[in-house]
Amino acid sequence: MIKVEHLTKYYGDHLAVDDVSFEISKGHVYGFLGPNGAGKSTTMNIITGCLSATDGRVLIGGHDIFEEPDAAKRLIGYLPEHPPLYMNDSPLEYLRFVGEAKGLRGPELSARVSEVVEKTGIYNVRNRRIATLSKGYKQRVGIAQALLGSPKVIILDEPTVGLDPIQIIEIRDLIRELGKTHTVIFSSHILSEVQAICDQIIMIAKGKLVAFGTPEELQQKLLTPNEIILTTNAKDKDLQDIVSKVDYIADITTRTTDSNFTTAHIKSNHEDIYELSSSIFRAFTHSDKVIYEMSLKKGNLEDVFIELSENADAVVTPIESANDDSIESEVKSE
Amino acid sequence: MIAVLKHELRTYFNSLTAYVFGAFLLVFVGIGAMLYNLQAAVSNFEFVLSFSSLVFVVIVPILTMRVLAEERKQRTDQLLYSLPISTTDVVLGKYIALLLVYMVPLCIIAVYPLIFAQYGDVYLLTSYGSLFAFLIMGGALIALGVFISSLTENQAFAAGIGIAVILFNYFSISLAEYVSSTALGSAIALIVLSLIIGWVIRHLTKNNLLAYGVSFVLIVGTLATFLIDEAKFEGLLPNIMKKLSLFDRLDIFVNGVFDMTAVVFYLSAIVFFLFLSVQSLEKRRYN
Repeated sequence: MIKVEHLTKYYGDHLAVDDVSFEISKGHVYGFLGPNGAGKSTTMNIITGCLSATDGRVLIGGHDIFEEPDAAKRLIGYLPEHPPLYMNDSPLEYLRFVGEAKGLRGPELSARVSEVVEKTGIYNVRNRRIATLSKGYKQRVGIAQALLGSPKVIILDEPTVGLDPIQIIEIRDLIRELGKTHTVIFSSHILSEVQAICDQIIMIAKGKLVAFGTPEELQQKLLTPNEIILTTNAKDKDLQDIVSKVDYIADITTRTTDSNFTTAHIKSNHEDIYELSSSIFRAFTHSDKVIYEMSLKKGNLEDVFIELSENADAVVTPIESANDDSIESEVKSE
Repeated sequence: MIAVLKHELRTYFNSLTAYVFGAFLLVFVGIGAMLYNLQAAVSNFEFVLSFSSLVFVVIVPILTMRVLAEERKQRTDQLLYSLPISTTDVVLGKYIALLLVYMVPLCIIAVYPLIFAQYGDVYLLTSYGSLFAFLIMGGALIALGVFISSLTENQAFAAGIGIAVILFNYFSISLAEYVSSTALGSAIALIVLSLIIGWVIRHLTKNNLLAYGVSFVLIVGTLATFLIDEAKFEGLLPNIMKKLSLFDRLDIFVNGVFDMTAVVFYLSAIVFFLFLSVQSLEKRRYN
């Protein structure tokens, strides 16, 4: 549906988007995740034809956004970061204008406008001046505008920023609803939001694409090593002996407290942390030492996000999908 | 284009802009008609138009200041960029809407000569010839205003610059008498002009090489011509100022000549400024 190839954008000397490539297929909700200033808006602006690229290509349904802007733009509905609303219009007037610009006429225009008014829940305010609407309603009018002309892809740039919690939930529900009928790409710097709504996550930091995959894949493949924290009566040296019988241990740090308790942080790159914990448990049963407490610390997406954002200078080949050839991720720290 | 046009028209007629503009124009032409046609009992309506053209200095910038500047400020330009319409459509739609707003009071004004004709001999051909010139001259000034509005996101700034530029244009004939008509003076003015063109190009394209290149070529050209044939520069600057005056050509029509050169000049000015506006909008995508 959307194919982005080697997209690069310089603002003067500042590199905003650095050789980003990805492909988006039909019928998913894609989350475009990255910290503020990562290049999310710039990328979205380029995809929607609002901004030129320094280098690279964007294909929307096979149409190059720079070569055939009209055909490409017809396939997209876009809500920029600041909803582009004419404050003196009423939502109805505004939507009629956008509909006409998208080539709708006559009865079809009226029908489509009523349809999106219905869908976004702005029926009650349809004749008020947009300037007098609350932020949540303004955002809805913006989304309604993007929906007009039944585009194949809907792109929403930070649609929940600046809304109150109830409005955020409403907008999220709306996005989820839209995801059933459209391909939706929406950007956010809030991880939990993306995790909650999206089937696929595109992570971008410092202008680079750092990860691409389902939330579960990202969690699995890009995890910081799993960690097991255990407290035992074994002394440092005994502990080392016991644990040395277990495979896949990457690192172990211990701390002995005065009352003969030793707390160990065991890091591992074993994929299945539960299997590892059983191995450790069994290793202990063969010794005369006991485990008082054992807890598993699984890496979560939050950690991945923070780590990726911090190490954006490192190059990560994106994880495509599970059955793809390019699953391996390769991290080169500079 | 039609969508933009309709939307703009609705905006103008839903707000005060169109009415204030129309009222100003009608009041000014009304006062002119009072003074010339009623009080002084002159039957030439075209004089009124010549007198009224001063009002453009104020009303054109007021009308055009928001047209593109406001889009940029409210970020609605992003909507226009993302819609399947070209920048040319946007500029044309907006320009035609402005032109229609301008034509509403003109239609009312067009009745005046007919009324006066009931009470005496009025040169209707000259009157309507001048009215036509008045229309396309206003059109050219509006195109200039649209371009100025495309340069900034600050309405007040657009209005200020607009007033200054149109005022300068209005008085450029009188000022032309005072500027140096020597060859050296003209050459220096042309060099300064080359530098200004270079600066504008740099501002528009952010391309230093192109800007310096154009400036350099223009300056070298000026100097070379100056050294080879100094006589060509005699009185050049005042001539240029006279030639570029939009207001000066209205008087040709007022004097009873339907001057096709002037019509072409006005139409070229319209195309030129609209083209620049489109480029100015396009450039924002490349900054």
